[in-house]
Formats: sequence, C-alpha cells, structure tokens
Amino acid sequence: MKALCWEGVDRLSVEQVPDPILRNDQDMIVRLVAGTTCGSDLHLIGGYIPFMRAGDVIGHEFVGEVVEVGPAVRRHAVGDRVVVCSFVGCGRCWYCANDLWSLCDNTNTNPGIGQALFGADTAGIFGYSHAMGGLRGSHAEYVRVPFADYGAFTVPEGVDDTSALFVSDSVPTGWMGADLGGVGPGDVVAVWGCGAVGQMAARAAVLLGAERVISIDRVPERLRMTERHVGSEVIDYSSTDVGAELRERTGGRGPDVCIEAVGMEAHSDGPMHVYDQVKQQLRLQTDRPTAVRQAIHACRKGGTVFILGVFAGAVDKFPLGAVINKGLTVRGAQMHGQRYIPMLLDRIAAGELSTSHMATHTVSLDEAPTAYDMFKHKTDGCVRAVIRPGG
Amino acid sequence: MAGKKALLTAAAGLTAGAVALRRLTARSPEPDDTHRWLVVTVQRAPDDVRPHEIGPLKDFGDRIETRINAAPGDRGTELAARFRDPAAEGGGSVAARVAGDDPRQDLRRALREAKALLEAGEVLLPDAPPTDHESPGGKLIGTLSRRAGGEGVL
Ligand SMILES: NC(=O)c1ccc[n+]([C@@H]2O[C@H](COP(=O)([O-])OP(=O)(O)OC[C@H]3O[C@@H](n4cnc5c(N)ncnc54)[C@H](O)[C@@H]3O)[C@@H](O)[C@H]2O)c1
Ligand SMILES: [Zn+2]
Ligand SMILES: [Zn+2]
Repeated sequence: MKALCWEGVDRLSVEQVPDPILRNDQDMIVRLVAGTTCGSDLHLIGGYIPFMRAGDVIGHEFVGEVVEVGPAVRRHAVGDRVVVCSFVGCGRCWYCANDLWSLCDNTNTNPGIGQALFGADTAGIFGYSHAMGGLRGSHAEYVRVPFADYGAFTVPEGVDDTSALFVSDSVPTGWMGADLGGVGPGDVVAVWGCGAVGQMAARAAVLLGAERVISIDRVPERLRMTERHVGSEVIDYSSTDVGAELRERTGGRGPDVCIEAVGMEAHSDGPMHVYDQVKQQLRLQTDRPTAVRQAIHACRKGGTVFILGVFAGAVDKFPLGAVINKGLTVRGAQMHGQRYIPMLLDRIAAGELSTSHMATHTVSLDEAPTAYDMFKHKTDGCVRAVIRPGG
Repeated sequence: MAGKKALLTAAAGLTAGAVALRRLTARSPEPDDTHRWLVVTVQRAPDDVRPHEIGPLKDFGDRIETRINAAPGDRGTELAARFRDPAAEGGGSVAARVAGDDPRQDLRRALREAKALLEAGEVLLPDAPPTDHESPGGKLIGTLSRRAGGEGVL
C-alpha cells in the first residue's frame, strides 16, 4: 500500500510499504477515509523529536472504515465507520481507569526511552516516533488500531467524515485544556495559538461558560476564522503588546485561565527568538517556550496556565519566579481523548460545535508532502489539510 | 541555509539520541543495585496476582523471588521481583547492559509483560513488518528501541 513516510529532517515522501497486519487479538485494521495534518507532526518533521527512523509512517488523526477485526474485539465490526483517538489506551490500567488515557501504562512498545527521558513511559501514539510507542502512523491506505474497543468510536449518523476527523485529536485536546484548566462561568480565558488546537480550546471555553475568550496569533486568516467560527475575541501579537492589551481588556487583573496551544517551535520577534532558536538548534535547550513565558506573565494572580503545546525536553528562561510569587497553577498534558470523544461527537451532532471549517484544503496521499509544506508555512490560509488516501 | 538548518537539527537529534542511550545504560552497577527489587503496580486485587503462574515470570522458576503487597489507595497490587543470587546471574556491568546481556533487563521486561497481561489481557506488539530502512541516525534509534523493553527506571 501507499504511505506517507518520514525520510529525514524536513523530508517526507510517499512510499510503497507492506500492508499492516493484526498483531494482537484486540487489534483491528481500518481503511482510511480521511486523515489530517497536525502541528505535532511539524515537530517530528523538523527533527525536534529525535526518535524517528527513515521510513516511519506518520499521521495520527483519522476516520475510516473497519475492514478486519481481531478475535477479542467486541465493540466493532467490519463496515463500521470510526474515528480513532490519536493516543492508544489499554482501557484497564490505573491511568485509563482514571480517565488519564495519554498516560496509559501498557501501550508504549519502547517504555525504556520515555523512562530515561521523562522518568516514566507514557501511552503510545500513532505515527509519533519510537519514543512515543513506535506504532505506525495513519497517513496510509490502511492502519492497524490496537486496543480497538477503547480507542475507536463509531461515528453517529448525521456527522460527516470531515467533522468527525478532528475529534481524533485537536478537538479533545482543546477541550481538555479548558476542562482541566478549570474554566467555568465568569472566567476570562486567553488562548495562545489559533491553529486547530487553540481554536478548539477557545470554543470549549465558550461552551463551558467563560465570560470572555481572547485568542492570540499573528496569521490574519486564522485570527478571522477564530472570530467567526469560535466566537472569541482576538489579538494579533505581531502588531500589539499582548501583555498590555490583556491587562486593559481584563480590568488590570489578567486572564483567569491561560491556555497555551503553540508548542516547542513558538515564534516571536526580537532578540529572545534568536537566542531561543540558536540554543534549540545547538540542543542547549530542546524547545522554544515563547508563548508559555508570555502566558505565565499575563496570567492573573492565583490563576491557571494550561500547556497544550507539545514540548519534548528542557527549556531555558522559565519564569519560575512568576509561578511561585503569583501563586499560579501550571498544568499540561497530552490529550486524554477517550474521556471526551463520545461527548464531543454528540455536541457536533447537536450542532453546538463546528469543526469542519478548519478543513481548509483536501488533498490525495500523493499530494501530502506539498500539503505539509503549506501547513508548515501557514500559506494559502491553511489551517488543516485533509488527506484522503482513497482520492 | 535550509540545508544547513536541517543538518544542524539532525546532528542535534543524534546528540539527544546518544544522551538518551547513555541515560538508558549509565546507571552504576553498584553491587547493591543488583539486589534491589524491581517493582510494578498492577491494577488488580492481590488475590488475582500469582506471580509464578504468569507466563513471563513463570519461566524464571526458582531463579527469582517475588513479593506482592496491596498498593495504597485504590491503586491495585505492587508486584516485585529480583534474582535470588545476582552474582550467579552475571551481567550487571555497564558493558553487559549496553550489549543487552544484563539479566535484569529480561526480568524488567517480564514484569512489564506480566502487568500488561493481568491488566489488559495482552502484551502490545509493535507493527509488523517494519517500514523503516537503514539510515545513519536510524541505527542508533533501532538500538534504543531494541533495548527499550528491558530498560528504564523500574
Ligand atoms: N497536548 C496534546 O495532546 C496535543 C495534541 C495535538 C497537538 N498538540 C500541540 O498543540 C500545538 C498546536 O497544534 P496545532 O495543530 O494547532 O498547530 P498549528 O501549527 O496549526 O498552530 C500553531 C499556531 O500557533 C501560532 N503561534 C506561533 N507562535 C506564537 C506565539 N508566540 N504566540 C501566539 N501564537 C503563536 C502559529 O501562528 C499557529 O497559528 C502544537 O505544539 C501541537 O504539537 C498537543
Ligand atoms: Zn495531533
Ligand atoms: Zn491503560
């Protein structure tokens, strides 16, 4: 079959690879209907998560049709239309039982790497390097889905493929940021990043009753889209002093909850950016935490900063003084998708949550390398490129 | 410029990989360390955890001793194992660890597999056949992945 493979830093190509096979009794095989680009892939493609081998298939958000089920799969049958969570959870370890699915104990086939890097191994993700489980990605004609009863969800009638697709990853990620960030009625919430993750975090904040939601980015199409489809106010950080603007809009307090949805390749103007970029490339720090620093500074005293952006290792100039002196709660997580996916599908079916507007482009698998290039450089208004392996 | 950046990033990636490999293998082979219990917590009641009946641990027979405790709170059961006579097992050196010849690596893997079987009913296998091919950085990551099942802080 055809698959999109990582071939080296900034090099993707469509290759012929062997079809996936059932390896465990709880596996199933899904024929891809649609997959999509994610900001997390950019960190892999750029070589910032250094555990890729040439030929690894990438991709982790997808909808498809079940074509084969293992003998122990109970909740799915051949022909089901499913959306699959990007993180794989066994469903029965303490973490899965406590709805902390991205921390599953039993789905990373290379646990020693995570234990060395982070002090503990975390759940496997489709197509996200040998450190994060070494499972094949979904930008292919077929993909194997382990622990299928727990990670795959039947798409309700009336929810189209494109709307369901983002429920794999970006929608639950955003929702989790607002939910675990403690957003409630009366809060002012600021969100850094207007990619799919940031937009969905802002939308979740609106739906959880926030009084005001303010989103921050510099890409004009993304700012406009967020105003229109999410119902959030926006700030263009390339032309505005974000800290001062947030103070003015929040009566001098600062936002109650700050959600960071940018990640380790954050952009900024000025000397700090050069400093961070050089240090990152020399591996003196692994990540550029520009938006995290800004969120911590902007947050009101006693408020919460939730980090959704992906970071891999160590950062420099982390404002620990602000955290302790302002009494902040700083929290982050990879997404616990299985906890939110059924509720999110219901909300989409009920018309409360729009996701399909983020699908700005649709391409074939052969065009995927070009689509990633466009997504990376945010050209042509690209927010998410939908990849349809079946054409 | 783009090429140079890619090279730099790739080089940095290799360095990070090498650091991880060092960390995976660098714990000192203090004599005491080989006596230390290796422990996992299993999300099952103590009565359900019978170490010598679980495939991966059963194979060690009398070479290992095991111990189980109820974990605090609702966290299940702590399952511990260690070699009865570490000196007779050999290994334990940094060299053995790097070469993947340290018997504690097998015991660690067996404990994790026992936990997975008790909790999830199966040990997740990687995809097959693999899709990757040889490249300079890939070799190191291949080594890391092969060792990763038997390594870690456990
Ligand atoms: N926690 C999780 O489980 C999870 C899941 C999916 C994605 N992610 C991460 O979330 C992040 C965002 O993902 P995405 O798909 O939306 O990515 P994206 O690349 O589409 O969007 C990122 C946005 O951040 C903006 N940005 C860059 N620097 C900024 C700054 N200093 N201030 C404000 N905005 C800035 C960019 O212009 C861009 O619009 C990534 O790091 C991704 O890895 C995390
Ligand atoms: Zn993603
Ligand atoms: Zn689990």
